[in-house]
Amino acid sequence: MKIKLLYFGRPAENLKIRQELADLPNHTATLSDLLTGLRLRGEIWQHELSEGRIRCAINQEFSPLTTRLQEQDEVAIFSPISGG
Amino acid sequence: MSISIQHHDFDVSDELNALRAANKNVGALVSFVGLVRDFNGIDPIENLTLEHYPGMSESALADILDQAHTRWNLIASRVIHRIGTLLPSQQIVFVATAAAHRSEAFAAAEFIMDYLKTDAPFWKKEQTRHGASWLETKTTDTERAARWKIKDTGEST
Repeated sequence: MKIKLLYFGRPAENLKIRQELADLPNHTATLSDLLTGLRLRGEIWQHELSEGRIRCAINQEFSPLTTRLQEQDEVAIFSPISGG
Repeated sequence: MSISIQHHDFDVSDELNALRAANKNVGALVSFVGLVRDFNGIDPIENLTLEHYPGMSESALADILDQAHTRWNLIASRVIHRIGTLLPSQQIVFVATAAAHRSEAFAAAEFIMDYLKTDAPFWKKEQTRHGASWLETKTTDTERAARWKIKDTGEST
């Protein structure tokens, strides 16, 4: 399952990545499964993507971790927002 | 309803005049301007850098304005949010609401700002002499936005 990943705020800066294309082997993956996989990339990923430090959006809508991903989804991972 | 996300500054007077000129039935015009402060409580702030999620930030702001127009009898509304690096005392955000009477314009402007703080994907990085840090949603902002939900429940029962 191919998805597009975007990063904003603190994780984008600390992980030095703003976007990437991912091909997930599991076709019934949830947002939580995706994050579990990304945390395996190393200690900094585990730290930056730890629960409570990030919020996520799927196709530009804030989404809970239990949301099931679909082919071609745009998944954004970011620190809690701070506009205004 | 009008939304701009931009690097360049805005002129409050021009914005208010445009709202007045376009809507002769407006009796109350409320505006809010958010600025960069020069102190965060611990250190002097050298600058703020704002980034956003292009596409989602526009749709999130449109959704907030839609909700405000559903809830109050607004004639017009305008939001400007700046991005990029800003210095202390520079303008970050502008919210204006136009209505026939002041109570709706005041309430809607506050509602829009409260939801912008919790629902619009913008991020601020604060630079002090000790380095830079990303700001996060404050508990007080989440509580302020939640107050409107409590009022929703109260009105519907």
